[in-house]
Amino acid sequence: MSILVNKNTKVICQGFTGKQGTFHSQQALTYGTKLVGGVTPGRGGEKHLNLPVFNTVQDAVKQTGADASMIYVPAPFAADAILEAADAGIKVIVCITEGIPVTDMVKVKAAIRGRDCVLIGPNCPGIITPAECKIGIMPGHIHQRGRVGIVSRSGTLTYEAVFQTTNLRLGQSTCVGIGGDPVHGMSFIDVITRFNADPQTEGILMVGEIGGSDEEAAAEYIHQNVRKPVVAYIAGVTAPAGKRMGHAGAIVSGGKGTAQAKFEALEAAGVRTVHSPAELGSAMAALLKGRRGKAVRRSMKKPAKPVRSPAKTAKAAAKKRGTRR
Amino acid sequence: MNLHEYQAKRLFAAYDIPVPNGRPATTSDEAVAAARDLGGSVWVVKAQVHAGGRGKAGGVKLCRSHDEVRTAAAALLGQRLVTHQTGPAGLPINTVLVESGSDIERELYLSVLVDRAREQVVFMASAAGGMEIEEVAAKTPEKIFRVWVHPAAGVQPHQVRDLAFGLGLGQKEQQAAFGKIVNGLYRLFMEKDASLVEINPLIVTTAGRVLALDAKVNLDDNALYRQPELAAMRDASQEDARESEARQHELNYVSLDGDIACMVNGAGLAMATMDIIKLHGGRPANFLDVGGGATKERVTVAFKLILSNQSVKAILVNIFGGIVRCDLIAEGIIAAVKDVGVRVPVVVRLEGTNVEQGKALLAKSGLAITPANDLTDAARKVVASVRV
Repeated sequence: MSILVNKNTKVICQGFTGKQGTFHSQQALTYGTKLVGGVTPGRGGEKHLNLPVFNTVQDAVKQTGADASMIYVPAPFAADAILEAADAGIKVIVCITEGIPVTDMVKVKAAIRGRDCVLIGPNCPGIITPAECKIGIMPGHIHQRGRVGIVSRSGTLTYEAVFQTTNLRLGQSTCVGIGGDPVHGMSFIDVITRFNADPQTEGILMVGEIGGSDEEAAAEYIHQNVRKPVVAYIAGVTAPAGKRMGHAGAIVSGGKGTAQAKFEALEAAGVRTVHSPAELGSAMAALLKGRRGKAVRRSMKKPAKPVRSPAKTAKAAAKKRGTRR
Repeated sequence: MNLHEYQAKRLFAAYDIPVPNGRPATTSDEAVAAARDLGGSVWVVKAQVHAGGRGKAGGVKLCRSHDEVRTAAAALLGQRLVTHQTGPAGLPINTVLVESGSDIERELYLSVLVDRAREQVVFMASAAGGMEIEEVAAKTPEKIFRVWVHPAAGVQPHQVRDLAFGLGLGQKEQQAAFGKIVNGLYRLFMEKDASLVEINPLIVTTAGRVLALDAKVNLDDNALYRQPELAAMRDASQEDARESEARQHELNYVSLDGDIACMVNGAGLAMATMDIIKLHGGRPANFLDVGGGATKERVTVAFKLILSNQSVKAILVNIFGGIVRCDLIAEGIIAAVKDVGVRVPVVVRLEGTNVEQGKALLAKSGLAITPANDLTDAARKVVASVRV
């Protein structure tokens, strides 16, 4: 098991023929993601990366049965792209685009509320279920199928957490980057709820940052509902108030959203916090020690074994098919 | 991005939000001419800087003659105003706003912003205007009330009534005037892509008029591409020079007061790098996110930027390569260090694809670059280099 995406997820790319869309679609294909096509208005009927290009997301869904979309269209058009995906019935919408105006997102969130879809991002690295499905800009090779669910507001800081858990041979069930914008799709709680219900996920690693109150809300939720070990880190202890630290959402304003307050809320909820980002993996390893879950043994034949490079895996699979024939 | 009060008040006027009559001036002669134009016998001369707390800092002067206007403008223009929000260096006063004086009966507070948790635009109001809203929120939170606006419905009349009665604006005419202000503010917020519009104080005059005595407008940086007129109002003199420079190169830079500079890819990792420096006893000199493509050009610009800060005694470069290859990043760093002529210790932590080749290149470069094995090692090494 894993959450949200797996080897059967059929993915399309919006902004398919652009520079970003092309590069990251290639990367996704190499990783083994079931990418089934893409959308670029006006270029329907063409082929790109050997896959069909469609004019609209509706066409793409009709022809390919896609259930997930990754969005690389530029910020001025990204809100429209998200709503186009939702209107076409896409279930998992992953928006990588950075720099979407906040009022656009306010409208998007009001429009998709109650709909049968989830939005991941925007301004995020995406989502990956190691060895199965990579939707986003994260480097695939640092991931390893395994026991830890990772949820984070930051991109490279997520890679840091992934890298550490891979080196400690814990591996990841699924990693979700929820993005650095003030108004965004899935929240920490939305993702943690799913990790809590996922048998493969034995521990949850959350990486927050200054601004907003998502982490405080998650702390309350964890306290009430989660019995799996949770490790948390909050970036921005040294950030001055009133300054936007890169991410539009990473700002301490009116004395709210400080790293200190978030650490305190998480500690009060029984979460194991670390004050150095270098300790994310080791703290999780310590909590999972001796907790070798039965669930994992059931659901995974070879847990925490280093993942072979996707290219090799594909070749090996091809070879296998060949010999069978 | 922030606007000056006089710019914000022009916007207000365009959205039918009443403001006192006023004119900006950049010389004391202009200030006197403005007072003459406005007429009356009482004027207020207000320093135009991007910071709150101007009144307490002496940046707002009440004048009862043209001579007093001249003196006040001359005393402010060309000076730097230090308020509790500016830091010790203060901000330069290049413009003053000369306004007709108002007879104040009551001071109220009204603001519009995005409530992140509810994902809606929220109006915040309080009858305790004039004070800092943070203070009101901390000491007497019951004195602040809010209404949330659904983007499809817009501001509804009952929401205006909720706000008006809450502020003690019971009279019909006052409610109508206030309703125009609320609707104008909402339209301004949405159409101009503001991130905050604040009126503190919103006053009721002795004659019963409702008037925006102050005006603060912050804009959503992400939306400036579709607000060219507002983007052109940027006043670089009110911003940190290095932060402005960084923005021109699409780098994210924030000045801090320590001595260890950081160069990192990714905002979260950049914050975490600052934190880990502090955890090991050092003080970060800046936040700097060079973004995904750490090319030679970007790294060179970043080094120049970092080194323009005289307090910097060492540099920590922390790059998680990911999809970008570490050997390419190492080449970029080496070229940039040579180019810029870096004379302070540089500690580099690289991770990702081809990390070994990257480290080997750094070691062979003959430059004073110390490679680090991981985050903790990097932080220790850079802090130690400053202590020597």
